[in-house]
Amino acid sequence: MSTDVCVTSDAPLALELINVTKDFGGLRAVNNVSLKVRAGERRAIIGPNGAGKTTLFNLITGQFPVTSGKILLFGRDITRLPMHKRIALGMGRTYQITRIFPELTVEENVILAIQGLRPLKFDMFRPLRRHRDVQEKAHELMENLGISDKAKVKARELSYGDQRQLEIALAMASDPKVLLLDEPAAGLSPAERVTIANLIRRLPKSLTLVLIEHDMDLALGLVDQVACLHFGECIADETPDCIRANEMIQQIYLGGE
Amino acid sequence: MASWWKYGVIVLLLIAAALVPQALPTFWISIATEVLIYGLLAMSVNFLGGYGGLVSLGHAGLFGISAYTVGYLVTRMGVNHYVAFLAGILLTLAVGAIFGGVAIRATGIYFLMITYAEGMVVWGLAYRWAKVTGAENGIRGITRPELFTKGWQYYYVVLVIFVLTIYLMWRVLNSSFGLTLRGIRECEPRMAALGYNVQVHKFLGYMWSAFFAGIAGGLYAYYNRFVSPSTVQLSVSSESVLMMVLGGVGTFFGPLLGSLIIIVGRNMISLYTARWPIIMGTIFVLTVLLAPKGIIGTLSAWWEQRKKVSAGVVEIVEASARKEVGAEGEVRVGTESQS
Repeated sequence: MSTDVCVTSDAPLALELINVTKDFGGLRAVNNVSLKVRAGERRAIIGPNGAGKTTLFNLITGQFPVTSGKILLFGRDITRLPMHKRIALGMGRTYQITRIFPELTVEENVILAIQGLRPLKFDMFRPLRRHRDVQEKAHELMENLGISDKAKVKARELSYGDQRQLEIALAMASDPKVLLLDEPAAGLSPAERVTIANLIRRLPKSLTLVLIEHDMDLALGLVDQVACLHFGECIADETPDCIRANEMIQQIYLGGE
Repeated sequence: MASWWKYGVIVLLLIAAALVPQALPTFWISIATEVLIYGLLAMSVNFLGGYGGLVSLGHAGLFGISAYTVGYLVTRMGVNHYVAFLAGILLTLAVGAIFGGVAIRATGIYFLMITYAEGMVVWGLAYRWAKVTGAENGIRGITRPELFTKGWQYYYVVLVIFVLTIYLMWRVLNSSFGLTLRGIRECEPRMAALGYNVQVHKFLGYMWSAFFAGIAGGLYAYYNRFVSPSTVQLSVSSESVLMMVLGGVGTFFGPLLGSLIIIVGRNMISLYTARWPIIMGTIFVLTVLLAPKGIIGTLSAWWEQRKKVSAGVVEIVEASARKEVGAEGEVRVGTESQS
């Protein structure tokens, strides 16, 4: 069903899904989805509740295995790799339901995320503060994401909006090439949504971004290509303008609004 | 991280610990030795449970493997004491690699159940493998190294090994690996999404914990000069968990304080009644109900709260210095930062 009319870029493929299917018992959550995301592209995946968006993310990151199909990251087949190896290849993700480390300080949260891909995580003797490069990087990251004044605050004491920002900071800490954002603005107030949207706009241009978002206005304003899932199937893959004009999507997604 | 007065307290405690043999009668020297040994075992449980979020109910098994190895090698084979002590730790690590490899596949209550079963395996062997373990009779007549035969001499041996071991533990917990361990406790699913192979780190954490428990077990064999199935029974595991909970889960010195209270308490109470487990149980229930963070956890939470409140007071003062009118508003600033 997908239409390539609006695709223009010819950058190399960062992420490619080939006929990916996932069954949970009798339920087919993701049905034969094929998707191409080019390097540097900003892509949204939209669709009504239960369309299989988060399941698709979980398949891409290796949270659970695909039933059939293939997933390629920069041309490399990662379908059978465990999650931590996919992360090591340059993938990062955030969660719809915040998954931070509540009893650790913001700084410790960020350091934990930075050392995840570094061999120094096996250092069992030197105190944390000895790793100057990690410390500096942590402060730079907190600065960029606007949470540096809360470095010594425990993550659970942050406001929900700040927690969502920390959520993104954790995913950015490993310098991913492909970043998957699962409803980054979920549960935020309109004002906080603007903050998050600006934060996403400020992310490096070289970063390939895949974004799940319920809020159409927010999503379409941030990306250059949109895929729409419906009952686990990819029913459209177009630019935001094409999506806005697509009557079928308006019918199923916006309820004929 | 710790401020200088914390180091001051540690130095004072060390001096006090070093003066125990001078100040107290033999009976209490023996109690103090026991406090350190079980304190180390409880700290090894806390290393994995309090920091890694993996509460084990089988550490008496690891403790016992080391104790039995020392007992067997010294009494039956006449092996050199230092070799026997090291062999005890090594065998604990070898068995720990198997036990840990199985247990780390689970978390939470399932981890608890698997470690519980593993502890029972060791107990079963101690009870049934009569040729090696002496079954119910256990292994008697474990001699101490020549220089350290007297109670007060052995107390110093235990104290030195204890201090060196917990210094190592402290370094590990404050390293990158220690942070990883706390990350697993706080949000294990996220760790994989940050590039951690969580199983590897859980396994390493388990092995460290087994190492510490093995040291405690070896020290115990020489302390008690007798090992039997009661050395490895379930109540030893559960008591070390109780010590951790009482002192404060995830606090460094909590389990040692728990060990002090439980072992001293048991010895005092059992002078008057044989029913000290009832009192122990009551203490446990009261701790869980009234102070689930344990003694040190509760105290440090109270201290943090106090600091915040005084910071709030400072804010009020500063605010009223900035603006002279509208006192109501500034008070609100202060109370907000308190809550």
